[in-house]
Amino acid sequence: MSKLIEQPRYSCALGVQQTVIAIQRAVPIVHAGPGCSTKIHGLLGQGEGYAGGSTIPCTNSSESEVVFGGEKKLKGVIDGAFKVIDADLYVVLTGCTSDIVGDDVGQVTREFQNLGKPIVFAETGGFKSNNYVSHDLIIKAIVDQYVDRYAPAKGEVIPGLVNVFASVPYQDPYWIGNLQEIKRLLTGIGLTPNILFGPESGGVSEWLTVPQAEFNIVVSAWPGLKSAKLLKRKYGTPFYHFPYLPVGGVETSRFLREVAAFGASIDREKAEKFITDEERKFYTHIERTADFMLEFRYGIPRVFYTILDATYAVGFSKYLLNELGIIPAEVQYIIDDTPEQYREGIREQFRRISDRRSANVEFSVDGGEIQENIRKTNPKQRALILGSGWERDLAVDIGADLLPVSVPITYRLVLNCGYAGYNGGLRLIEDIYDRVLGTYR
Amino acid sequence: MPKVNLNLTEVPIREKRLGSITGFAGTAGDLVNCSNSGCLKDGTRSFSQCMGCSSGNAFCQLSMIRDAAMVNHAPVGCAGDFFGFNFVYRVGQMERDLPPAIGRYFNTNIEEMDTVFGALSKLEKTIRLAYDRVKPNAIFVTTSCASGIIGEDVESVTDRMTNELGIPVVNCVCEGFRSKIWTSGFDAAYHSIVRKIVKPPQKRTNKVNIINFWGSDVFSKLLNRLGYEANYVVPFSTVSQLETISEAAATIQICPTLGTYMGAALEQVYGVPEIKAPMAYGIAGTDAWMRELGRVLDREDEIEEIIREERAAVLPKLEEYRAKLTGTTCYLTAGSAHGHALIALLRELGIEVQGAAIFHHDPIYDNESTAADMLDHTVKTYGDIKGYNVCNKQAYELVNILNRVRPDLMIARHGGMTLWGAKLGIPTLLIGDEHFSWGYQGLLNYAERILETLDNREFVTNLAKHSSMPYTKWWLEQDPYTFLGGNTHVEAY
Repeated sequence: MSKLIEQPRYSCALGVQQTVIAIQRAVPIVHAGPGCSTKIHGLLGQGEGYAGGSTIPCTNSSESEVVFGGEKKLKGVIDGAFKVIDADLYVVLTGCTSDIVGDDVGQVTREFQNLGKPIVFAETGGFKSNNYVSHDLIIKAIVDQYVDRYAPAKGEVIPGLVNVFASVPYQDPYWIGNLQEIKRLLTGIGLTPNILFGPESGGVSEWLTVPQAEFNIVVSAWPGLKSAKLLKRKYGTPFYHFPYLPVGGVETSRFLREVAAFGASIDREKAEKFITDEERKFYTHIERTADFMLEFRYGIPRVFYTILDATYAVGFSKYLLNELGIIPAEVQYIIDDTPEQYREGIREQFRRISDRRSANVEFSVDGGEIQENIRKTNPKQRALILGSGWERDLAVDIGADLLPVSVPITYRLVLNCGYAGYNGGLRLIEDIYDRVLGTYR
Repeated sequence: MPKVNLNLTEVPIREKRLGSITGFAGTAGDLVNCSNSGCLKDGTRSFSQCMGCSSGNAFCQLSMIRDAAMVNHAPVGCAGDFFGFNFVYRVGQMERDLPPAIGRYFNTNIEEMDTVFGALSKLEKTIRLAYDRVKPNAIFVTTSCASGIIGEDVESVTDRMTNELGIPVVNCVCEGFRSKIWTSGFDAAYHSIVRKIVKPPQKRTNKVNIINFWGSDVFSKLLNRLGYEANYVVPFSTVSQLETISEAAATIQICPTLGTYMGAALEQVYGVPEIKAPMAYGIAGTDAWMRELGRVLDREDEIEEIIREERAAVLPKLEEYRAKLTGTTCYLTAGSAHGHALIALLRELGIEVQGAAIFHHDPIYDNESTAADMLDHTVKTYGDIKGYNVCNKQAYELVNILNRVRPDLMIARHGGMTLWGAKLGIPTLLIGDEHFSWGYQGLLNYAERILETLDNREFVTNLAKHSSMPYTKWWLEQDPYTFLGGNTHVEAY
């Protein structure tokens, strides 16, 4: 597997500035070269949010900071950020320049922390990792340096309160919609979720109740796991892990039932009632349109390729096969540079994707290579590609339908669309067949 | 003294080569006077927001050469702009009726261990793989902060790979930290093209080079009538087309901020004359530009005829637009020369330019021609502009100013800026195609779009009502240049 990358689908460690922007009224302060922030926003963007995009304070490190160090300049920019930007939390992030020359960013940040300012820092030099990995690094920075210090009642557990780690905001283009649905579902079974990111969250004040959760929920193949483990170590909060995106009836119900079984304070009966009610509504739609999926005689996709991160690839594959009857191509591709220790678990998910079917999975960060492989297989059936905007020509060339789900999605504008849960499952059917039917004149 | 030295691996940055600056507050007239008298000082900001960097601007030109591949020697984050440029490239193909083709861009994925042990073998491998996958006619390697700081000898690899693969593998030195002026990236791209792609001329052709981005074709009609042919560089040209740009009859640049280095390089190294005149924006500028073109191409009579025709066709309509627009106030934010050109254009339409935030300032271009100084021309022709601010895309200053000035209209040339006008309820216009406003017809094009924008205020009015402002009340009450200080002399860089 090559390590070089044609067609990147994620960003570097500093890409996590988008995680910060996703917290209501939080702002990153970037200590890096002049183009970094803009390039990240270009890939993981679609809207600058409250204080992202051109608002992001940045030292724009130049030659003199590289030669003489950039601590003084950083101090000035932090100082200015407090005066100019109206935010509740400031997160200092480093880039390649400052990490290579070795600025003591911790020391600079601590001076402001000692004055009681709401500010934290993390080393996110681009070469250190990617934004899937550094997502947990930022959560850790906020928990260790801010929440721990300012949380009003760390020791008091609130029954039913849960922290949810379910999405890498912006890297998941549907993060707002997904978190909205997950919050709705968890509330439905009687929990009070801290959703932490996006408009459904209470912002920084919600983060301050993180230590009081009864338990935590990770809905993800691997990003977010480290945060749950951190909170377990720190506050003894147990966590429940669902290792992919629950989409549609089967998986969402499985997810909710397992959560309900995990949480001691949940009224199981009420939860079950909510689940069956949701299932009834969901399957009414499936039943109503099943004749279309069985009878449409001019051709709809019969095989699919996922070129997605692990969380999406597993979740979508299970749903497409088990509930829509579209069969996985022999090889599915995972593009998030999954750390070695999680790969076997993901392979296992694909091995038992349904009771009677399995698929192989390849981990590759090189979209060019993935596309070459798919071109070689040249599917006989009409295919569906769940990938990114990079797949535009590939889809045309092999006569496939394309739904861009992974960044860069560019050819779609996303507001509150999400694919998680029951509602997301329905939305996914609409979006797939909207594209399919749109090809008939 | 000639500015172009092809023996250097990297082009000297604009701060050093031209004395360019990014910090100034005053009037346009003051700035012109300072530039002309050589006493220009740069201001530095103690608080700043994120900008662009040279590597993006270098990529923006090189990535659209149709039969070349790109290798970005950097951590993956630096490749965040790949898809954006691929998108622009494809839109341009659509507009030029070219078949759709994906941009072939590779990133070497520099990781932590590479910063310790070096990543040249990774670079070599990536170049080889790019060659195998794409079979390009040239490969351009762009550098990054990480590769620059750890001291990668990229040139040694590109030289070796040129021999091995038998195609030019070209080093383009464009690390973000080297220059505050991201347009230095254009210079880096052109330096690498003139150094390693362009061949010495065998003959003179009737082609005219047009250094441009990806705008519509406005030059073919004009040049064909004069017996010449438009040759757009660099986006959408091929490697072999670039090899022969030294044979052209002349070079036009759609914007000297973009093409200052390439225009001068072709003239200084290969004797291709560059059109040195104000840009063709506004009547006076267009007249002057056309006459200079006529002089260089030896078509003075034909040009006079064209000027007469075009003026006759445009002037009556222009009067109508002027009557509607006179007294409208406008604030502008744009790159350097294009910003100056837009000021001329707005003034020509009778619009009062209350101020401008222009991203940088070149006191002189590489051709060292004072006739080509667009801001000087604009001030002399249309009068001074009071609130003239040189600022490298600092939105906080812009918001502060807009909040005070409250113009009838805001015009922006770059992404990420229009939002601030709109959030304050000011109708805001961004035009992507820089050729749209070119020449006599451009005045009418622009006037129409401005009227349309002024008339369309429902969206911004409602947006303003429901918008949040990330800037503090304190800041909005401060002098907009509170954080601009230092006044470092440019020589001190």
